[in-house]
Amino acid sequence: MTLNVLMFYLLSGIILTFSVLTITSRRMLRAAVYLLFVLVATAGFYFLLNYQFLAAVQLTLYAGGIVVLIIFSILLTSHISHKFAKPAPWKLWMGVSVLAVGGALTLWTLLSHDFVKSAGVKTVPVDMHLIGNQLLGMGKNGYVLSFEIISILLLAAMIAAIVSVKKEKNKKSETL
Amino acid sequence: MILDIYSFSTLTASINKELHAAMAPWLAVLTEFVLIGLLFLLFYAILGLFLVYLERKVCAVMQNRIGPNRVGKWGIFQTIADFIKLITKELIPIKNADDFLFNLAPFIVIITSFMVMAALPFAKGLQALDFNIGIFYIIAVSSLGVVGILIAGWSSNSKYSLIGAMRSGAQVVSYELSVGLSLLAIVVFSGSMQLSTIVESQANGWWIFKGHIPALIAFVIYLIASTAEINRGPFDLAEAESELTAGFHTEYSGIKFAFFFLAEYINMFIVAAIAATLFFGGWMPLHIDHWEAFNRVMDYIPSIIWFFGKTFFIIYLIMWFKWTFPRLRIDQLLNLEWKYLLPLSLLNIVLISFVVLMGWYF
Repeated sequence: MTLNVLMFYLLSGIILTFSVLTITSRRMLRAAVYLLFVLVATAGFYFLLNYQFLAAVQLTLYAGGIVVLIIFSILLTSHISHKFAKPAPWKLWMGVSVLAVGGALTLWTLLSHDFVKSAGVKTVPVDMHLIGNQLLGMGKNGYVLSFEIISILLLAAMIAAIVSVKKEKNKKSETL
Repeated sequence: MILDIYSFSTLTASINKELHAAMAPWLAVLTEFVLIGLLFLLFYAILGLFLVYLERKVCAVMQNRIGPNRVGKWGIFQTIADFIKLITKELIPIKNADDFLFNLAPFIVIITSFMVMAALPFAKGLQALDFNIGIFYIIAVSSLGVVGILIAGWSSNSKYSLIGAMRSGAQVVSYELSVGLSLLAIVVFSGSMQLSTIVESQANGWWIFKGHIPALIAFVIYLIASTAEINRGPFDLAEAESELTAGFHTEYSGIKFAFFFLAEYINMFIVAAIAATLFFGGWMPLHIDHWEAFNRVMDYIPSIIWFFGKTFFIIYLIMWFKWTFPRLRIDQLLNLEWKYLLPLSLLNIVLISFVVLMGWYF
């Protein structure tokens, strides 16, 4: 067994364990921290595949961005003594049955697919210039349109957020 | 095995070769991991002790005092005595705290600083990880450290800790942007995110000289924003002693407190090392284009001395800030970032792109 395989099993074990803990934990912040572990271990997979760019994106966006936001909102809203109530039995059984169906479907697809071992594939570090050119490229496989649309969407979301929290000018304070 | 102080690549290559000759490949790789890990651990400990001593001495000089002077000559063993005191102190368990998260938080903080340190080029051929996205990796990993601070503040179940953690979270999340943008300035200049390539690109002059005005602006922004990101004075609101006892680590004692304390100093070193690498050439000696004789004289000073010389110069600057400026209020702090630093760094990126397109740099 090579180290690569060992690392794969280690990371998979971490992801599986903490995914289960994330949804079963009854303390909110603990669940968020378990989610952080899952996301960091996923970044570990990308490092294992020598795709460092995606790994760094995973770390900045998910682990450093989204989880920090989640933790921050938990800090603002919940107290340490808060605990989730136990779910109602019928909800639990619904969840378990959905899990069983989804798991069976995934397993069936995976097992029935005929994986072909590609010969002579070497790991090549992805060139940053290539990613940049492709992202803003207008030719074949260029993503400039989607890139621009997403930036307009983000701008609209930001303006909407500012407008929705902006207070109306207090008429009284103007007269004072 | 020949130790060449000018380039460590022969030394590391020969260690690698001998390990592979002696044992199976996977065992050799594992041994290398352990060796490098131990080396970093040792470096971490020594650096931590030294930086605390340095801070106390620099602070003393600024305030016209002598500073630590009893334990050993010039008090150089003072921090070792302090360390022994810290590790023998009782670890106080907190009632009604979330034990798991409370104990986890110091480790998150310290592990992230370890991960960042692994990517630093200390000297020619002395770098543990050399990713082709080096700077991006550093920004990505260092953004995880704040999770530890937030968890520490929340799980302590104390109001001081919680307020400290909130302040720290708001501060780190906002100043991260300016740090990233000012680092991007050098990426635009050198056309690469790989740290070794960036250092090599400064063989004919450091970027702070070659990139003249925009590089200088980026450096000043980086210095301010990174001081804020590591929660150091004048931006140390997260642990403002006069208001919050000790901020997010109020409830910690003994070795767990030492972890936070150590990580803070190591983060200062990391921030200074990144500034030295990107703006001041890292381990690259002071070279001036076409001055062959001068360059050769500079090459006689080993690269590791250049690196640590520059890094400690910037550490001195950061310490100077702390003991000179009074602490900011939280609204002033956020105003500074969102109203001044961020627009300025965005404009600076545009300016740099223009300068690079026109070729107006050396």
